[in-house]
Amino acid sequence: MLGSPLRDGVETGSDADADIGSGEFAVTLDHVSVRYGKVENAKQVAVRDVSLAFPRNQVTALLGPSGCGKTTILRSINRMHDHTSGKVSGSVRIGDLDVYARDTRPELVRARVGMVFQRPNLFPTLSIFDNVVAGLRMNGVRKREFLREAAEAALRQAALWDSVKNRLGLPAVRLSGGQQQRLCIARALAIEPEVLLLDEPCSALDPQASARIEELIVELSSHIAIALVTHNLFQATRISHRTAVFLLDDQGSGTLVEDGPTVDVFSSPRDPRTLAYVTGTIG
Amino acid sequence: MTTGTDLAARDTEDVLSPEAVARRRRVVRRASRSTLRRRRLVGNATRIVCYLALLVALVPLVALVSYTIERGVSGLSEAFFTQLPVPEGVPGGGVKEAIIGTLIIVGLAAVVAIPLGLAVSLFLIDRRGKLAASIRFVADVMSGVPSIAIGIFAYALIVVPSQHYSGISGSFALAVLMLPIIVRADEVAMRTVPEDLWDAALALGAPPSRVARSVVVRTALPGLVTGNLLAVARAAGETAPLLFTALGSVLFTTNPFQPMDAMPLRIKLDGTQADPHLQTVAWATALVLLASILVLSIVARLFASYATRHAR
Repeated sequence: MLGSPLRDGVETGSDADADIGSGEFAVTLDHVSVRYGKVENAKQVAVRDVSLAFPRNQVTALLGPSGCGKTTILRSINRMHDHTSGKVSGSVRIGDLDVYARDTRPELVRARVGMVFQRPNLFPTLSIFDNVVAGLRMNGVRKREFLREAAEAALRQAALWDSVKNRLGLPAVRLSGGQQQRLCIARALAIEPEVLLLDEPCSALDPQASARIEELIVELSSHIAIALVTHNLFQATRISHRTAVFLLDDQGSGTLVEDGPTVDVFSSPRDPRTLAYVTGTIG
Repeated sequence: MTTGTDLAARDTEDVLSPEAVARRRRVVRRASRSTLRRRRLVGNATRIVCYLALLVALVPLVALVSYTIERGVSGLSEAFFTQLPVPEGVPGGGVKEAIIGTLIIVGLAAVVAIPLGLAVSLFLIDRRGKLAASIRFVADVMSGVPSIAIGIFAYALIVVPSQHYSGISGSFALAVLMLPIIVRADEVAMRTVPEDLWDAALALGAPPSRVARSVVVRTALPGLVTGNLLAVARAAGETAPLLFTALGSVLFTTNPFQPMDAMPLRIKLDGTQADPHLQTVAWATALVLLASILVLSIVARLFASYATRHAR
């Protein structure tokens, strides 16, 4: 475990506009549980007591079998449970921002976080360009020149610029599945988030397209924190710096079994359940 | 539309440099923060408008139901359901013949229109051609035809040649009225069944007709039941087509080839009388009509949810 979140050195300074905090971690979860419904019984606790930190400029893989709460934890980071019946307890911090503080607006949380889902979910009525800048427009950015620059930067980062730069006005859904997913990543990057949440971004893609996304993830991790949900052991070993293993506990709730540098988790796990999972005897 | 040419000229390093990223991040954060208040204001205003619209929409409904209950509840008695109408000025009496008449007329119409509508919509669901498009168009146009026009059509087609008003001609008129509504409602309900389920069933070797029956109709059942029920309810409340066809009667009959009474006809007849007793009878009839549609829709929904849970 990484223990309690590091708060030393976190800036609370005046120029908060571009502040991404200066701590070691982009996101810290402290004793986070998510439950569905109102009654507090074990069955409705989807994930129990997760403390986990996502370092800057690294890929952290959330690994584990289906239904053990990886996605639930991911969605707790940018308050996506506000729109479901999920109740989040514990503390989530993005930089110096307390995500679940009473006066924290979910819109402002999401303006600092990019999210990409299992299947490409581009807006079908919008062009490539309009899809990329959708998040900027929704955040109130209007200036054309700025939108163009941000779109170019995002598309370049998503390794899509060269193939779409001459047809930005085309409907986005004309692109292939892999390109659509990369466009989704570009859309998430356009707001210059400090953390990128990827929920099994390759699950609907063929191996070639998956490989390109994986390359992209590695490149992006040079300047942004990435949380990657996957149930693919090999994907985790290939591209993640750190791995957090989730499994179901005996009450049927998801729980964090172990986390640490990916190499350590796979080669010398501390928890016997991790060993069983990574060697394929459970899960 | 934006083209790439002017953008392509820019230096890669320029837009991806840490400075550029930080600068853009600053702009986005600032915009996000400074417009948040306005965005939330617009959001809340939209929400309030929606709630107000809901309230405005509910007012006439609640008023109608409560007024009908207020005026009609005193007219309800055992005699109301078991006796026939009495002349003006005579106390007591009931509308048994109208209740039975409505059941028979609407029942016969539904027995014809529901299967026919389902068949037509099943034809439509699997087709994209010109024929299907024209059927859809005709159904849309027909559901807008005034019910009085359908009444006079039934009158000319059945009542005049047979030289006899009859319940069955009323059923015919109502069936014509219901059919386009049912066709469109069924098709909409079945369109909500995911394409994946078609694929799954076809891949298992089921012929399309079997897919439609076992998968599509069953999956869409709650929607089908609701849509058909709305059509039945609409027909049960129609007066105009029955004026020309079933005509109305104070005699009790279960013979659909005789003139027949129906609840809307009874409401129209008694409600326009000066006698307060007859007016109360009309209100009570309206209340029963309203209540039976309510009960019918509750039963139908219960059935639909039961059917989906116990799918075979």
